[in-house]
Parts: sequence; structure tokens; C-alpha cells
Amino acid sequence: MYKLLLSWRYLRTRYIALASIISVTLGVATLIIVNSVMAGFSAEMHKRLHDILSDITFEGPGLDGFADAHWHMDQIMSVIGDDVAGMTPVVRVPAMLSYRYNGRYVNQQIVLIGIDDATYAQVSDFSAYLKNEHNRQQLDFQLKEDGYDEGPDGLPKSGWPWRRTRVAYERSYMPEPVAQVQPSPGSPPASPADLEPNFAPLPPPSEGFADDGRSFDNPDLPVGTGTLTADQIGMDPFSSVRPADAGHVFDEMRDQHTGIVLGIAIAHTRIRDPNNPEHPVHDIYLCRPGDDVQVTLPTAGVPPQPVAAKFTVVDFYECKMSEYDSTFAFLPLSELQQLRGMIDPATGIRSVTSIQIKLKEGADLDAVRDKLRARFPATQYPYRIQTWRDMQGPLLAAVRLETTILNILLFLIIAVAGFGILATFFMIVVEKTRDIGVLKALGAPSRGVMSIFLSYGLSLGIVGSGVGMVLGLLFVAHINDIAQLLEIFTGEPVFDPTVYYFNQIPTIVNPLTVFWVTLGAVLIAVMASVLPAFRAARLHPVEALRYE
Amino acid sequence: MSSTRHVDRQSVAGAGTGPHARFGIAPHTCAACGAAVMGGERRCGRCASPVETPAAKPSRPRPQGPALLAARDVHKSYHKGRHVIPVLRGVDFQVREGEFTAIVGQSGSGKSTLLHLLGTLDAPDQGEIHFEGNRIDNLKQVSRDILRNRYFGMIFQFYHLLPELTTLENVLIPQMIAQGAVRYWWSRRQHIARAKELLEMVGLTHRLSHRPRELSGGEMQRTAIARALISNPQLLLADEPTGNLDSQTGREILAILHDLNKQHGLTIVMVTHDNSIAAEADSIVRLLEGRVEIQ
Repeated sequence: MYKLLLSWRYLRTRYIALASIISVTLGVATLIIVNSVMAGFSAEMHKRLHDILSDITFEGPGLDGFADAHWHMDQIMSVIGDDVAGMTPVVRVPAMLSYRYNGRYVNQQIVLIGIDDATYAQVSDFSAYLKNEHNRQQLDFQLKEDGYDEGPDGLPKSGWPWRRTRVAYERSYMPEPVAQVQPSPGSPPASPADLEPNFAPLPPPSEGFADDGRSFDNPDLPVGTGTLTADQIGMDPFSSVRPADAGHVFDEMRDQHTGIVLGIAIAHTRIRDPNNPEHPVHDIYLCRPGDDVQVTLPTAGVPPQPVAAKFTVVDFYECKMSEYDSTFAFLPLSELQQLRGMIDPATGIRSVTSIQIKLKEGADLDAVRDKLRARFPATQYPYRIQTWRDMQGPLLAAVRLETTILNILLFLIIAVAGFGILATFFMIVVEKTRDIGVLKALGAPSRGVMSIFLSYGLSLGIVGSGVGMVLGLLFVAHINDIAQLLEIFTGEPVFDPTVYYFNQIPTIVNPLTVFWVTLGAVLIAVMASVLPAFRAARLHPVEALRYE
Repeated sequence: MSSTRHVDRQSVAGAGTGPHARFGIAPHTCAACGAAVMGGERRCGRCASPVETPAAKPSRPRPQGPALLAARDVHKSYHKGRHVIPVLRGVDFQVREGEFTAIVGQSGSGKSTLLHLLGTLDAPDQGEIHFEGNRIDNLKQVSRDILRNRYFGMIFQFYHLLPELTTLENVLIPQMIAQGAVRYWWSRRQHIARAKELLEMVGLTHRLSHRPRELSGGEMQRTAIARALISNPQLLLADEPTGNLDSQTGREILAILHDLNKQHGLTIVMVTHDNSIAAEADSIVRLLEGRVEIQ
């Protein structure tokens, strides 16, 4: 009882000791904050990586892939059928994207991914990152009349309304409507002469056009939108999208090319606008759903020939992994196979470059991968079979290493704090020498004296790391407010959305981590008090009583 | 063992009129030579003729039998670097139950050291300490702790109260040490009542929740006395209890000690350098150069 009473009294009367555990407090708080933020970041990253990559990728060699995805999928099913939740064939090929911005063509390198829209949703949560609510339900590569995430923080005016506005604007400069024949899939690339009209430079659009085109809703302008309502075009703009006859005249106003979904960062830049505190981050879209783009891609075979085809951007996706957002473009698999000549003319068997496999919940990724590798040994088959972790291994390993090193460093800080406690405790033991003598004279055993200081250390540790824990958790809970506050004070953006593509700092508080960090700090405090407590216990009562 | 050089208080105070008479442990007179003989002595100190045992005189229940506390040929020296400084060189004396013994001597004569040895705070280099006939100087640490806690009460010149605790808590400390936290908590009411009783006895009812630094020297020593008494000790060891007090306050403290000795039959061993204080004790052990001076 006296041990508790005395350690409690020491705790309440010795403020210098409390000062010595401030570093424990700060260390614990920092550890919790760092771990939460790192966990938040890597969880976000894992989720995004995983959603786009699916669990296991079964990749063929090179760009030409392998024939007969169905046979392979049957084989895969026979090997790991119990664990498979879904499979989809995919064609991946690098390509060039050309689009017009401010009357000028921009060429950009992308990776085209041909996806089977019927089965792709089974393996990947890709559609969750789309910008059109209808497409999020079911992606069909058709330009939508509405449902785009438009708004000050979202897309500008998009879809059919934008397409009609744009075409009407362009036609106001070109009295003769530019009509062209829809290129049949697999046709030879359009000659430069065919493309020429599209390259004709337009006069620079007005400010309003460059901004978001909404100024064309203004009836005072020469081109009224009234003539372009859905009633006059027909309620179903998709009926004429795929004309049955090759001679159909393609009207940009009501027809679309094959749909393509672009990563949001492909044709998009973010700038900071310091003059607009409401929306400090300003999005500029170089093209948007409703615009036509041209894609030049290599055909299968040797040597690869470039083929070009026009597509209509039907949607964006944004998974916030800048690597993906800025390179991936999705289009229908059959379209891509046709364009690249991946269909065997004799048998009609199509080639794919990879098969993406989604496993059931709880399946062992590595075990399944090893089974597949055993079925398709590398000596016989040229396939690369990788889990999503394998593919992003270096990135994930780097994040893990970073977390580990930060943890070690911060624990070292707490250990340094431990030495502070050690020194303070020695001072307190010296200061309390006579009291220790008195306690011993009154019959307190050495063990009791020792446990006074041990429980003092324990309570200091509990107070220090408890306060640190509360501080850390509070900090994590309000981390975005704090970041904003820091931004006001320093004038520098702490968490720049133009860099990270996150608007908020993601955090995940792992209760187990918090527990271990707190426990570790308490242990360090107790360990720091062991030596002084031992010294106190060993004090000779007579010497202690005589101590002045 | 060596002879017991017991210095009788009677030689100073005179037979029948000393403090013994007041608390019922009066001496008796040697039938042969008329000298006063302390209770418990079986032979007269002067003529060595046997005396009547007090058991034969129940009307005067002077505690007899073996001494409560005895030092036998106790040696103790301190080491200062390579030098060995002998402090006690064969001290022999005993304290009987109910006796108020004063240990006097000059500074450095080893009286405090002797008290520490008697209180098992330190172990003698040579010789034995006996308590109730049992040797205690060679007991295990744990047993000595229990002995100090339950059978001995100690008060010091500098009071040695714990500065973080209130008067009441300081008094309760020995009970807290004696019992585990849970047991103490269950019986705390009874302990607190007892502590208040003791504080009332020493006249400190109005200072229960004061810290030592808010108390005067006399009040601190009263608190220390209450603390020493909380576990109903059989022996009170006092190390210059008045040494740091003015004479008036010292008198009051001594009065409390004498009162305890008389009213409650508490055996007291007090170290002092003040002969006038020592003179009021039942017996005096005078230390000179590490030995008991024969009177």
C-alpha cells in the first residue's frame, strides 16, 4: 500500500520527472501518427493497386500474346478452380494517343488495355473508379447523356451535351460539316491526307470555351443550343452509333466512335490557384467525355505496323495511383483484337496478351500462383504468372522498409527518453535517500523500496505514453485540419493535392499498433527505473538515515 | 557468556522513590545488605546474596525474567578507506521489560551505532543482540524487517517523516508496510481510527492532514512517536529525540515518553548526550570509548 501511496505522491509532487517523460509522450504520439498515416497511405495504395491489377496475372510473352484464351482459362480452372472467383482475358499494348486541344494536336504515350466488359468487372473493381454513375453500374463504352460527375471539383460539362456543343461550335467555323466514313475495324490506317481536315487549325476558342464550354448554354451567343436538343436528334443517340453499312455517313453530332475510357491524368493537369481560396486546386481537362481521340497502335505480327483509329472518350477513371491514372486507357477487347489483327482469319481464334484472375476471399495468393506455375512450367511455357504483390513488389517493399525504419528511429527516440528517465530517477533516489532509510528502519523490505520506484517508473510510463497515445490519436483524427492550419502558418502546402492526388491525408489507426507502441514506451520507462530502483533497494538503512 | 553489567537506576534515584514505584515495577531491597535490587535480579548487586523473586509479591508486578533486549560483547567498527575505526569494543548491557533506559555518552562514543545495532538496522562485527531471549542480529533480512516493523518502534533526532505524506499517512506507514495493499485497504478504517487515537494521545488532533513541512519540530516529533507506536511495539528506540528541539519542547516530548513508559509499560531505550535528560531514566548506560562505563 505504501508503495502505491508513495509512488502516487511522487508522481504528483515531482514535476521534473514529468518533464523527463515529455519525450516519451512525444515519441509515442509521433509513432502513432506516423504509423497511422503510413498505414493509411499503404492501404490506399494497396487497394488501388489491387483493384486495377486483380489478384493474379497470367501473362503471355510480348505484345502478341497467346492464342485461345478459352483453352487457357479452362486449364486454369482445372488447376485452381476452387479458388477462382473470376477470370477475364485482356490485351495490353502500348499506343499513342492523339487529341486536339485548343486547335492543336497533342500526342501522348499510353498503355491500351482491351477489356472484356462482360467479365472484367468480375476480376477488378476498376468500374468503381469511373466518373459516370451509369458506367459505375455497368460499363458499356457508350457515351452517356448524363451521369457524369460534373461540378466545380469534378469534370466539366461532359457526355453528349458537351459533344453537341463542341461540334456546333466547330461547325460555326466550318460551314461545311465535316463528315467522314466510319473506318471499318481492321482497316488499313488512315492516310495522312484523310486525317488532314482534323488537323486544320481552329481559331483559338474564347475564354469561356477554354474553361468549360458552359458559356455555350448562353442563348445570346450565335450558336443556340436550342437547335440541338435530344428531341430533334432522337432520344436514342446510340441507335446510329454502329452503322450496319460501311457507307453510313458519320455525323459527329449524333454518332460516336468506339468508346474508350482514359485515365484521368492522361489529358488533365492540376494547377494551384492562390487567388481562389475556395478551390485552390484548379483542374484543366485537355479532353473530356464526348471528345474524339485518335489512337495509334502497333499491329500484331512482324514487323508491327502502326494502325490508327478514332475513339470517342466515354468516361474517365481515377484510381489515384498516378502511374495508372496517367497511362492506362481501356477499350473493348474485341475492338482491340480486330485492330491489331489478333484474330486468326482461318479459325477465328482470338489471341490475348494476358488473363487476369480474381481469387476467392481468403485464398492463398502465393500458393495459387505456385500451382499455376507448376501447371505451366517456365521451361515449357513462356508465361509469366505473377500476383499483384509480385508485380508491385519493389513499391510495396519500399513502403514497408520506410515504415520499419521510421518505427526504429522513433523507438530510438523513446529509448533516448528512457535515459532521461534513468538520470532523473537517479536524482530522485539520491534526493529520497533519507526517506528510503526511514522506510527501511520502519521495516520496509528492500523489495518494497524497489517496487516504490518501479511503480513510480511504471506510472510515469503510463502517464507519459497515455498522454502520448491520446495526443497521437487526436492528431490523427484531426490531421487534415492540422495540415490546413500549418498551411496557414507556413504558407506552404503541407499536403499538396497536385502532388498526391489525394485531397485528404488518409489514415488508418491500427489498435494493435497503438497498443504495442504504448506498451513499448511503458516498458522503456519501467526499464529505465530498474537501475535506480535497484540502487534504492540496496541502500544501507544506517547510511541512508545518516545522509544529509 | 560475559557478565551482565547492568547499571541500576536505583543508585541514582534512590529506593522506592524512583519512577519505578509509579508504574508498579518498583524494586525491592536486599535482605542482606539493604541495597536496592532491580526486579528480575536474583542476587543482590552489592553482596551477591539471593533475593526474593518478585513472583512472590504479586502486589508489585514488576516484570521480571530474562531481559527484553540484551547486547552481549558487541563490537562494531567502520571502515574509512584503509582505516578501520572501532566504534564499539565489547558492549554488554540489557534492558528489562518496562524499563526506561538512557544510553549516554559523548559524541562519537558510539551510542547511535549501538542503537542501530539494537534495532537491527545494522549487524555487529562480533557479539550478539538478543530480543526476548532470541538472538536477532543474525536473523535473515526479511525477519529483521518484520521485527523492526512489528516489535520495535523508532524515533529519530531529525524526526524522519516522509515529506510527501500527511501527518496521518506518516503515522499509518508502518501498518501499510506490514500489510499488503488489499488487506490494508479492507482494514483501513480500523488503522485510521488507531492512528487518530495515537495522534490524540500525543496532542496532534488538529494536524491530521498537514504535511511535515507545515509542522513545528515538536509536532513532527509527536507524529514520529505516534508512527512508532502504531504497530504496538514492545520496544521503543529513540535516537536523541530531543536533540533538535528547544528545551521546553524537549521536555514535552520527554514527558510523552515517560508517560508511555509509566502508563503503558512501554520499554524505551533512548540515546541522548544530555545528562539531565538521562537522569530521569530508570537506568543509564554510559558509553565511553566504545565500552559501557561501569558506575
